[in-house]
Amino acid sequence: MPLRLLKFAVSKDHPAPRFFKSHEAPKKSYDVVIIGGGGHGLAAAYYLAKDHGITNVAVLEKGYIGGGNTGRNTTIVRSNYLTPEGVNFYDASVKIYEGLSEELDLNLFYSTRGHFTLAHTESAMRTMRWRAEVNKHVGVESRVVGPDEIAKACPQLDLSCSGQAPILGALFHAPGSVARHDGVAWGYARGADRLGAEIHQNTEVLAIDVKNGKVCGVKTNKGYIETKQVLCAVAGFTPRITEMVDLETPIVIHPLQACVTEPMKPWLDTILVSGSLHVYVSQSSRGELVMGSSLDPYEVHSTRSTLDFVEGLTSHMLDMFPFLSNVKVVRQWAGMADMTPDFAPIMGKTPIEGFYIDAGWGTWGFKATPISGKTMAQTIANDSAPDLIHSFRLSRFEDYELTGEKGAASVGH
Amino acid sequence: MTLRTSKQVGEWINRNKKISFKFEGEQFTAFEGDTISSALWAADQKVLGRSFKYHRPRGVLSLANHDVNVLMTDGIDTNIRADVVEVKDGMVLTAVNTTGGVKKDKSSYIDSISPLLPVGFYYKAFHTPRRFFPFWEKVIRNAAGLGIVNFDYPRILKRKQHSHCDVLVIGAGPTGLTAAYEAAQAGLEVTLVDENRQVGGSLTYDRGGETAASKQLNDLLIKVANQSNIKMLTGTYAAGYYPDHLIPVVSEGGINKVRAKTVIVASGAFEQPPVFRYNDLPGVMLGSAAQRLIYRYGVKPFNNGIVVTANDYGYRVALDLLEAGTKVVAVVDLRKGTNTCGAAITLAKRGIKIYAGYCVYEALASSDKSSVRGAVLCEYDNIANVALTKNKLTLECDGIAMSAGWAPAGALLYQAGTGMQFDNSVQQFVPSRLPAGIFAAGKVNGIFDLEQRLQDGKRAANEALRYLGLEAPQITVARPVGQPSDLSCPSHPYPMVPHDKGKNFVDFDEDIQIKDFVNAAKEGFDNIELMKRFTTVGMGPSQGKHSNMNAIRILARIRDLPVEKIGTTTSRPFFHPTPIGHLGGRGFHAHRLTSLHDWHQANGAVFTDIGAWKRAAYYPTNGQTKEQAIQTEAMAVRTAAGIIDGSSFGKIEVHGPDAAEFLERFFTGSYKTQKVGRCRYVMLLDDSGVIADDGIASRLADDLFYLSIGTSNAAAVYREMQRSQQMWQLDIGLVNVTGAFGAINIAGPVARTILSALTDLDLSYESFPISSVRESHVAGVEARLIRVAFVSDVGYELHIPMAHVPHVWNALLEAGKQHGLRPFGSDTQRLLRLEMGHPMPGVDTDGLTNPFEIGADWAIEMNKPYFIGQRSLQILAKRPLRKQLVPFVLAENFKGEMPMDCNLVVDGRAILGRVTSIAYSKFINRCIGFAYVSPAKTAVGSTFEIRTDSGTLVKATVAAAPFIQNQKGA
Repeated sequence: MPLRLLKFAVSKDHPAPRFFKSHEAPKKSYDVVIIGGGGHGLAAAYYLAKDHGITNVAVLEKGYIGGGNTGRNTTIVRSNYLTPEGVNFYDASVKIYEGLSEELDLNLFYSTRGHFTLAHTESAMRTMRWRAEVNKHVGVESRVVGPDEIAKACPQLDLSCSGQAPILGALFHAPGSVARHDGVAWGYARGADRLGAEIHQNTEVLAIDVKNGKVCGVKTNKGYIETKQVLCAVAGFTPRITEMVDLETPIVIHPLQACVTEPMKPWLDTILVSGSLHVYVSQSSRGELVMGSSLDPYEVHSTRSTLDFVEGLTSHMLDMFPFLSNVKVVRQWAGMADMTPDFAPIMGKTPIEGFYIDAGWGTWGFKATPISGKTMAQTIANDSAPDLIHSFRLSRFEDYELTGEKGAASVGH
Repeated sequence: MTLRTSKQVGEWINRNKKISFKFEGEQFTAFEGDTISSALWAADQKVLGRSFKYHRPRGVLSLANHDVNVLMTDGIDTNIRADVVEVKDGMVLTAVNTTGGVKKDKSSYIDSISPLLPVGFYYKAFHTPRRFFPFWEKVIRNAAGLGIVNFDYPRILKRKQHSHCDVLVIGAGPTGLTAAYEAAQAGLEVTLVDENRQVGGSLTYDRGGETAASKQLNDLLIKVANQSNIKMLTGTYAAGYYPDHLIPVVSEGGINKVRAKTVIVASGAFEQPPVFRYNDLPGVMLGSAAQRLIYRYGVKPFNNGIVVTANDYGYRVALDLLEAGTKVVAVVDLRKGTNTCGAAITLAKRGIKIYAGYCVYEALASSDKSSVRGAVLCEYDNIANVALTKNKLTLECDGIAMSAGWAPAGALLYQAGTGMQFDNSVQQFVPSRLPAGIFAAGKVNGIFDLEQRLQDGKRAANEALRYLGLEAPQITVARPVGQPSDLSCPSHPYPMVPHDKGKNFVDFDEDIQIKDFVNAAKEGFDNIELMKRFTTVGMGPSQGKHSNMNAIRILARIRDLPVEKIGTTTSRPFFHPTPIGHLGGRGFHAHRLTSLHDWHQANGAVFTDIGAWKRAAYYPTNGQTKEQAIQTEAMAVRTAAGIIDGSSFGKIEVHGPDAAEFLERFFTGSYKTQKVGRCRYVMLLDDSGVIADDGIASRLADDLFYLSIGTSNAAAVYREMQRSQQMWQLDIGLVNVTGAFGAINIAGPVARTILSALTDLDLSYESFPISSVRESHVAGVEARLIRVAFVSDVGYELHIPMAHVPHVWNALLEAGKQHGLRPFGSDTQRLLRLEMGHPMPGVDTDGLTNPFEIGADWAIEMNKPYFIGQRSLQILAKRPLRKQLVPFVLAENFKGEMPMDCNLVVDGRAILGRVTSIAYSKFINRCIGFAYVSPAKTAVGSTFEIRTDSGTLVKATVAAAPFIQNQKGA
């Protein structure tokens, strides 16, 4: 047993301080206001303080921290994207993640399992090779593997998928990992709080005050806050915030659903994704299978669950793992994914001075949490976006310079 | 020793049928109808399982499908819920998640080191130094999880049904039975579901030592049985609520998706444990569990028992225990004051000692911690909710029944969007705002008195009737009004007994104690959602059924807020965990087969999936490899002729006066000037100017275009056409005839010769030139003939009714026999079109490719008023190209590692593009392909480098397409 747990055994008082302070109400003004207390917003607050010494920062969360998509995703971290810009960006995120438990002194259960994107058709194999080639070129460990190697990593997988969709090969991505999503939010919250940032839960932004094209404050349910810099990091709620400043984005909201089974002893060591069968699955450290599927095909601003989602997903799970017939699904849920036309995020400055955007995270936001926090902090501190996120700028849509990541979406959306 | 009682009225076991089974190596007998738990309990087997975290011994808790510490495996299935699953003859069972058996679980040492494992301990350690984490992770992963999955478990295909009804009543207790009966009386079609294998709900076990309930149940059942319009589904639970009253009801046999006009939720309430030290020992169980043991299974819960209670219900439990032959040592009532309910009076008369204003401070464990040997009582301060430990007294007993309150089984109500409000006088969340068409009745509605519940069932039925437009009188059933301290309150406001040494469990799934909540709040996790996530309360397989309410109460106390302000966590499906096999059902994969599928199969085709279609990819003969087969087929097309089954091509008819206008807007070219009998290329873009698909439009009449497009995108293109038509509202009709028409393409130098033998149509190039369409007959079958040049300069696409395709196919083969005609597949087609220099959307383009990048400027009529993507193209036209598709060849007699599709075109560290198609052409004896390269280097003769899989750089030279000379043919 690690020694650091001993103090809990010898003390009666549970010697652990609060993760983050509780504040009565926001102050009158802050240097930076971050809307959204999810992983991204909290990470941005943390890096603003740590990398740039900017600590007069408020994170405003209308519910509780990590309660949006941070707490709803299936916790997969990977960098096997399709464009060099995407691969570089997500690889930087993976690199931070690898040391994040130590940095935040919180065990995020960052667990490198290896990630297989299964290909059931020749055209999927082509895309796998494309991704592998770009990944290799940029120095990320991805390669196309045959069924033998898949079987070795996951002997339980029915390679014929019940005869319905025989697996021809896969894109294997060694750094593919899973992590405790809640922990990521809490760790950044604690880090930011300790460095001086304030986290305000149950604090909803009602309006953003813009004068002469410049941000000058935000109106909240807990009063008016003066600020010259606002970061919008609210994922599925992005259109509601951008509407407040009359900013047009091409974001549309689709629900994304997931579910978990009851716990069982560990047997699935890898992360598996099948585009054709619309499944991604890993086994959590608690022993549950955590499963997701493609986006709901319609635009809805809602987190309700549907039966067809879980029916379709489980049917395909059985194609891959026929022996799961009597394993039970405990819970299903949904998040709201802010989708962009090119499946890449929207990050950086906007035409409104002092209004920064970290959005368009669709189905790929969790894995980018550290790097998005870091680069958005940099953008705010310098009022200029770093090169790493240049390809994700909002103006790319006007410029017809999209960053096409559709082919790297985990399942066909 | 057996705890079996004498026969109980209405018991669920069949004493005439004995069953034998094994548990943990020991032989047991049971009666048919016993659950695994009841059979073991009857045999005085107390330790039925071990807890998830600390491996503490656990027995019966609820007997209501949330005893998740008692999960078992028979070696085939795992996580079998012993509290509700019927025992079967010959079963060989063991408890899951033990090390060396349930009796002497070696992992139980974890219980003794529990001080080292505070709430959220796994966040606090094991991550430094980083290199040790994989070791710890493995330890933790192996410790977690419950049962072991059997990889040989069969794939079970459960049926799915759909059904409709006027009223779906969920729960067939007294409330639900009454509601169903009343609704049926009014002539409605009623479906009544109950998760238990027999109906009756509390009437099957809550009897207060009398038989009146049993009689009452019989009377109700007779009434219900006489209603032929009630469909009663037992052993069936409502798994979740989905919009528009869609409720999947799940039974052993499968899922029935019920779409109801109205829903009456009479799902009852879950009894909640009071929290005191060692409330988890085997022998400490909920009062309702004790009653279920007695009346359903004829099992005495214990010999000398204590009832700890905070409501009148506990007094009824005590009477039931007496009835079963248990000696009731004492009734311990947390509340002060003399209880005057009937049961209390009866008990007093029978000399049962009642300790009012007392609590069980702790249960005392036997030396091996596997059972109860006594209980320590002391006075209880109902204001501070602490034990007053000054005058403790110890009573000997071998069991404790707990009845301190209830939580509504309101999951479905929550999922339907019901507003729930905390009612102080019943100390329960009750519906305050019900969605249209949903009604709640009985305990879930905060109504506990039996007569009142019957009334409430009737009230809900009447409301449902009125909702459906029928007349029914309004009935009012009021919840008691009063203070939570009133003796009439069904639930204690705070049934917690703090203890210095802890082990007072709130959540049995996850071994969460009171102090864990206190400590979680101390660390800042002090709202209900964060607390749930940090402590994991309610996240186990029992989904918080016995723990969420107490967690809310504890948090309210910590925050010094009313329970109402704490709120609840979000309820999500499923009500009970639901098997993947049930949900997945009979998996359905839609494969489309052409009418020639059998022929392809008989002729050795290798198939490939394209969209939903199975297409013949190639036909290897005499042990040919794929490559050999493709080259053979391609050579036949080049030197003689070949036929391919193109029945999977998308085929769409656009009818109506505005047909040409529709095409002008939808595609990039111009169609108003297209003459009847002529064909034109169509290209579809998206709004951003990216190529979506292409195909051929044949004008069959002024007001009729016949479109043929690629296989994989056809459905999406048709959908997009419909969407566009919704916006444009043109005078057209769209008909997707993909499945109605089959298609055969005959191509190659002698194609015309062969075809002319089967048709009267003049096939001469003068009267039937390239890019024209004719309607005629082929082999006696009506056909649309399109002169295409996709795979060969001489080619005819014959579109014929799907059913007649085999006839025409065979006729062509027969006619072509002497000319060397052979079939070719879709893989061969890829090579042939490459030789012809045709890029394919989706293969040679990707999600960002615009027409300029593939040199398709010729296909765009920019001067039209509008087409999809036009605005984007106008902008793009002014920008420099970022990449460009070029045809290329490798060196003559290239021998090295063959590049593959999607290998990159690189220039040092820069990625210039990628190979999109590459193949060896036997006909011209050269490796040819398409690749994206830098726009600066597209002149024929320019060179670039392709990096192969192994990293070798291969030189390629930009060539001119087509790669082959025009073959006019015979």
